[in-house]
Amino acid sequence: MDFINHQLFIKDINVHIDPILPKKTAIITHGHADHARFGHDHVIATRQTIDIMKIRYGDKCAKKFTPLRYGQKYSIKNYDFTLHPAGHILGSAQVLIEKNNHRLVITGDYKVGKDETCKNFKLVKCDTLITEATFGLPIFQHPDPKDEIQKLIRSVKINKNNCHIVGAYALGKAQRVMNLLRQQKYNETIYIHGSLEKLCQYYSKEKINIGKFEKVSSKDKNFYEGKIIIAPPSALKDRWSRRFPNPIICMASGWMTVKQRAKQQGIELPLVISDHSDWNELLDTIKKSKAKNILITHGQEDALVYYCKKQNLVSKPLSIQGRSDEEIE
Amino acid sequence: MKKFSSLLHNLILTPSRNTKIKLLQDYFKILDINRSYALAILSDQLSFQFIKASKLRELVYEQVDQHLFDYSYDYVGDLAETISLIWPTKKEGESQNLSTLIENIKKIKKSEINTEFSKVLSELSNNERWTLIKICTGGLRIGVSERLVKTALADLYNKSVNEIEEIWHGLEFPYENLFQWLKNETSKPKIDFKKLFHPMMLANPIDEEKDFKRLNANEFQAEYKWDGIRVQLMVSSKSVALYSRTGDNISSAFPEIIETTKGDAVIDGELLVGGNFKPSSFNDLQQRLNRKKASKDLQKKFPVFIRAYDILFYKGKDLRKLSLVDRRKYLEKFQKENKTNQIDLSSIINFSTWKELTKYKNNFHDDLNEGVMIKLKNSEYLPGRKKGYWYKWKKNPKLVDAILMYAQRGHGKRSSYYSDFTFGVWKESELVPIGKAYSGYTDKELLVLDKFIRNNTINKFGPVREVKKEIILEVAFDDVFPSTRHKSGVAMRFPRIHRIRWDKPVNEVLTISEFKKEFKLS
Repeated sequence: MDFINHQLFIKDINVHIDPILPKKTAIITHGHADHARFGHDHVIATRQTIDIMKIRYGDKCAKKFTPLRYGQKYSIKNYDFTLHPAGHILGSAQVLIEKNNHRLVITGDYKVGKDETCKNFKLVKCDTLITEATFGLPIFQHPDPKDEIQKLIRSVKINKNNCHIVGAYALGKAQRVMNLLRQQKYNETIYIHGSLEKLCQYYSKEKINIGKFEKVSSKDKNFYEGKIIIAPPSALKDRWSRRFPNPIICMASGWMTVKQRAKQQGIELPLVISDHSDWNELLDTIKKSKAKNILITHGQEDALVYYCKKQNLVSKPLSIQGRSDEEIE
Repeated sequence: MKKFSSLLHNLILTPSRNTKIKLLQDYFKILDINRSYALAILSDQLSFQFIKASKLRELVYEQVDQHLFDYSYDYVGDLAETISLIWPTKKEGESQNLSTLIENIKKIKKSEINTEFSKVLSELSNNERWTLIKICTGGLRIGVSERLVKTALADLYNKSVNEIEEIWHGLEFPYENLFQWLKNETSKPKIDFKKLFHPMMLANPIDEEKDFKRLNANEFQAEYKWDGIRVQLMVSSKSVALYSRTGDNISSAFPEIIETTKGDAVIDGELLVGGNFKPSSFNDLQQRLNRKKASKDLQKKFPVFIRAYDILFYKGKDLRKLSLVDRRKYLEKFQKENKTNQIDLSSIINFSTWKELTKYKNNFHDDLNEGVMIKLKNSEYLPGRKKGYWYKWKKNPKLVDAILMYAQRGHGKRSSYYSDFTFGVWKESELVPIGKAYSGYTDKELLVLDKFIRNNTINKFGPVREVKKEIILEVAFDDVFPSTRHKSGVAMRFPRIHRIRWDKPVNEVLTISEFKKEFKLS
């Protein structure tokens, strides 16, 4: 595995995985801004990830695009690349690199749990596993998202004169929340912040059931009483949210596990809905991958490194520049 | 338990005071015994003898790897929450009600705590477990003061909150007499005089710019503000009792006061350490605090006395509606009649302009007072912190520039931010820490410091990060004492971050010997 360095760079063939700065060849695991950037010469990713990059950064955000189906092989010299479902968001992928019988998997962001908005995670056996560790502490044990979404539905029923503003990342989480609401038979129109519109339209086009949605407009204030509004977390504290009647501020995120964290952010109704693996899923994936060599990237890596060493697995943290804990999901 | 734990969960997440009151009232509408338990918990009057933070840690280490727990605790910053989340068994659905649960826990024998209490923890959901551990460790820290609970009850039953406050410390679990009176089924509970703590009158900090323009100096009197602890002394022919500012009975810790006081009165004053009415430092006073008892030796080494400044009752007569000037006459009378070596009077400073008062605030007895108190002469004795009557005017703090050395994540509402800062001054070519502060900065400064620490860590010692020595903090503190416990040989009183000195290079920071010289420690 010496062929890849701590920046996820394969010098031999000049290929980067999820680079922060513009590069010659970039394999992109998924469309979140801390992984997919503007300005590479050549982007290799799933078709959906490429579509999402184009929606966010424009059609010319890279000079050349190579879409890969899950499982489709792409070779450069004696390196074989395949992408496998990561279950994180629509289009998200793990990268399997095979060279001289050595199998190395970069998970990217992933979750093991079921999700109707994307293809579900597939376990890939390997010799070296580079795993994320966003929720790499044993306190993170995500509850069933259905129960969490029921909390929202119940609160909407009880507090008829309030509107509920749900903070959710514009790509992935917002649509997952909408889909979960639909699964629980919430059939009202869902109102969305303007920045979510194009991505929601794209999810609809990809036949993901997010139901009927409408962009928030300057309607009579009372119109939004009893409604659910979805907005990116940054808009919750913004002037934008002040236009609504008695808003109850909600947030859909794995970080909401910790009450003190919710309180700090002024969240009144925390919804523990995560697109990352929790502690047990991380351990399970490490075990089932059969990898003997575990590298751990961004997140709470200390505890996971400690755990792996205890299991006699070679393990060390991999600090990737430009990503610090707690800013991502 | 489910209902009570969701009450706490909602209370901690609700920023609005009115919503908190409403949540409390909705809960107190239940008419069974559980509300009594809830009231005891919310007013921090319920605890389990054998189950404290250290015991809980011991129990959790039996369940999960110690290192994994420590990593998690460092991240979460709250013991109850960490344990509740990391506990391996999850249970949802029905659980015992609050009263049954608590009575069952009380029955657990000390020798069986480990197995039996672990069993209890395993039978709860995360949120219920969090609630129970909060109850065990005391001090809920959910943004609900005792006063707010009383306000909720008072509003629910159309009573005044001060009426509840007065009888509060004489009430006992399960508060049947309180609830009956609230519902107008009986008259107000009669409370034993000794247990009748009278809520104290508190002062607001003065706003030099606004208040001095507004207020007429002739209508006020001033006294020195002593750096001790506020006490209420109750004396009658039958008994003597001493209460802290929050109404805790602290009589047993100060036997010399209890044994010598005579007369019939309720006195308000400051408890200080010193012989012959000469107060010594707060450092000395600390030797007498947080103790249940005081040995003869300790009493001799650190004698205490009360500097009285107000009187609430005299020979059974309620003086609280009288003016401060009139109450003072009664206080002097009381002191003359009952002279002891344990009570003297706080002297009154004469001044005619605010400017004149400034010199008293800043230069008196070196460091033994904290500034001055300014009191409206014709003010009644009013419980709580009402505006316009009593003001405190603190001395300007001492300031020193020091270099940020280490940082640690904060707890409670600052958990996850690096908000506890250790700072130091030079000792030859090395730095030696002189103190630690976790307040004083603005939210903006905290974000800047947090970011600096994350990006400039050069070493990690468990939860502590050592950072590049680049940031200078101007630290404000009330006082500094020699100390044998610290490497630097100094201990600061109430250090806080005053501002960040972006303008100053690190090599201009004092050395430890210069520091000691400046603050007269050597």
